[in-house]
Amino acid sequence: MARLNVNPTRMVLTGLKKRLKTARRGHKLLKDKRDELMKRFLDIVRENKRLREEVEHKVGIVHSRFVMARALMNSEVLEEALMFPKVEVNLKASTKNIMSVDVPVLEYTTEGGGEGDIYPYGFANTTGELDEAIATLSELVPELLKLAEMEKSAQLLADEIEKTRRRVNALEYVLIPNLEETIKYIVMKLDENERSNLTRLMKVKDMVLKDAHEFRY
Amino acid sequence: MYKVGVIGEKDAVLGFKALGFSVFPVENNEQAAGKLSELAADKYAVIYITEQTAAGIQEEINQYREKRFPAVIPIPGTAGSLGIGMNGVKKCVEKAVGADILFRDD
Repeated sequence: MARLNVNPTRMVLTGLKKRLKTARRGHKLLKDKRDELMKRFLDIVRENKRLREEVEHKVGIVHSRFVMARALMNSEVLEEALMFPKVEVNLKASTKNIMSVDVPVLEYTTEGGGEGDIYPYGFANTTGELDEAIATLSELVPELLKLAEMEKSAQLLADEIEKTRRRVNALEYVLIPNLEETIKYIVMKLDENERSNLTRLMKVKDMVLKDAHEFRY
Repeated sequence: MYKVGVIGEKDAVLGFKALGFSVFPVENNEQAAGKLSELAADKYAVIYITEQTAAGIQEEINQYREKRFPAVIPIPGTAGSLGIGMNGVKKCVEKAVGADILFRDD
């Protein structure tokens, strides 16, 4: 591991020790964040998969009913029948905070068209297949919106998990080892200085003593 | 107040109109891409795109992956599911976990 380019002094050592402590703390927090994000993500993505399977299946059914309707009616009449919708979807979108990731929450209300009165056309010129198709589709609306919500949340969480994992790894495998090595280097250098200073002192003391003895005679 | 948009080939999206969604039939990739960016700039929180249409404009769709709104969601078109939507879920798992753990057994 690469050692940081610093002067081996006591002051730098103190600074580095502080940085190491912060890095360790940050690493621990980020690791916790990653684990919790992963837990939430797995819940959401499982639900997402289930919803998607269901929605895809049901949309398929709706399409096949539409095909039937189209076969029995001519397309101008069909288009005309669906031209002016009776109901209006009002979508309220807000956000929810999951581990500091803002994920969307969708709420919807429909306006106009009472219970079972969703058909924007008279029944005279249209077939029963069209009614069925519209009915199935309108039952699907809550699931469709839920799917949108889940899928977006899963995407956003996946991004965040990736980012967090990068940070955790950068701390764990680069920054912390670097700091540790640098601290070790400084400590060794300081100890070495200490020892050389000591030997020098002993040497000087010897010389001084020798001089003193010789001087007496 | 946000709106819900549906983009796709005419036959597949017509039904959504009856539900009060805003429906935009498109015929080719350029139209679809143009419509998508138009809707994204407008107040659309959710945009459903039929998979047949989505297949041609994957790049444009991926731009919106990291943004909170709009959520661009592929749905099966008249020809049935192409697996684009499921593939999206799978990619998501692979990105987050590093391996595919949901679809392993099938």
